[in-house]
Amino acid sequence: MSGDGHDAALLVEGLHKTFTLHTQGGIQLPVLRGVDLAVYPGECVALTDPSGSGKSTLLRAVYANYRPQRGRIVVSHDGRPVDMVVAAPRELLAVRRRTIGYVSQFLRVIPRVPTLEVVIDPLRAFGVDRDTALTRGRALLARLRIPERLWSLSPVTFSGGEQQRVNLARGFIGGHPILLLDEPTARWRGAWRSSAPSTTPRCARRWRRGP
Amino acid sequence: MDGDVPLLRARGVTRYYGSRVGCRDVGLDLWPGEVLGVVGESGSGKTTLLGCLSGRLEPSAGTVEFRQRDGRVVDVLRMPEPALRKLARTDWGIVHQNPRDGLRLGVTAGANVGERLMALGARHYGQIRSAAVDWLGRVEIDRERVDDWPETFSSGMQQRLQIARTLVTEPRLVFMDEPTGGLDVSVQARLLDLLRRLVTDLGLSAIIVTHDLAVTRLLAHRLLVMRGGEVVESGLTDQVLDDPQHPYTQLLVSSVLQP
Repeated sequence: MSGDGHDAALLVEGLHKTFTLHTQGGIQLPVLRGVDLAVYPGECVALTDPSGSGKSTLLRAVYANYRPQRGRIVVSHDGRPVDMVVAAPRELLAVRRRTIGYVSQFLRVIPRVPTLEVVIDPLRAFGVDRDTALTRGRALLARLRIPERLWSLSPVTFSGGEQQRVNLARGFIGGHPILLLDEPTARWRGAWRSSAPSTTPRCARRWRRGP
Repeated sequence: MDGDVPLLRARGVTRYYGSRVGCRDVGLDLWPGEVLGVVGESGSGKTTLLGCLSGRLEPSAGTVEFRQRDGRVVDVLRMPEPALRKLARTDWGIVHQNPRDGLRLGVTAGANVGERLMALGARHYGQIRSAAVDWLGRVEIDRERVDDWPETFSSGMQQRLQIARTLVTEPRLVFMDEPTGGLDVSVQARLLDLLRRLVTDLGLSAIIVTHDLAVTRLLAHRLLVMRGGEVVESGLTDQVLDDPQHPYTQLLVSSVLQP
């Protein structure tokens, strides 16, 4: 590991994010104040500060879901650096298709769409043919132990833990080099939680506090 | 490469109704395969903008350029009328909020779909009919109903029929005005799923005008937020909905239940 950020898959520098709530008298909420982070290929970094410290905000900023005021978020996309803070919308979409995957705590889907379709959706958007996408989707659902009889049902009625596993399958199917997971096991029950590491890809583990 | 030039490029599009502003100084680029949502409350200028972009309304100022299949870029607002009509029949599709505005009620469901093909020069009856039947199937209308009148259809079926009629000619750009408006919630979900699949499978570009933020979350890649005829905010759909910057967008997002 070089540690100077040079060959990082993801490099965050001096990131600032403040929310201004116009509907509540213009209150300012500074959440990120100068965050630095470097993640190298093959590494698994956990953000472990207490609730409310800005972990989700940081992940969302990296995914360009939140728009930071200052700083840089540089990812290696198709072999060249892209700064997510200033990239054009079209470029952000390309980065999300091929380079950065994101699994949120909540599953947001069109009602009545079957689980298997929900899972393969990112691959289809990526242009992968339907049969290949279905094969990979079935394999992932089986690996995440979603019973096959549920695959043709909408996940809307599933338990919290099942929904989150469907969400994970949807996150993993794209094979993105960078995957952002926001509390991916928060709604899993005991036995499931302990098996989480075998479900996530094998990777180096490193713990690091935010600033 | 095909993806390196916008399909539609608008600059400074402005339309006055007398002294009242319909829309003012709107600019946008739409790329191939991209779905752009235009949101705002009634009277914000969404439908006026859609009319100007699709050549159905003449703007007071501005330019709209469209890249045709042959790669040639045409000025939509200064095209001769017949050329514009041809564009509307071939490369473009329009889905109206009220299916009755987009359908011909005096002919059968099959003829509604087949007619658009005939307008492009298709003459072989068997092929036209089989294309029509195929498209009814794709929008989940029972093939048995090919010879029925649209008036005997439910509003959700009429909307799906309008979509089949629009997409049968494989347009590259589809304009949709509140496509799920006025439908029952259960019908809306099915239509959303259908639209989403068709857009992905056909690689369509689309501009969708809607006041329903939840619809844009599921269908649109990018959003424009309009107020008083002007674009007050734009960005990726989830950026605008999850981290709205403009006071009006914040108000809009915080006023709905879980967009």
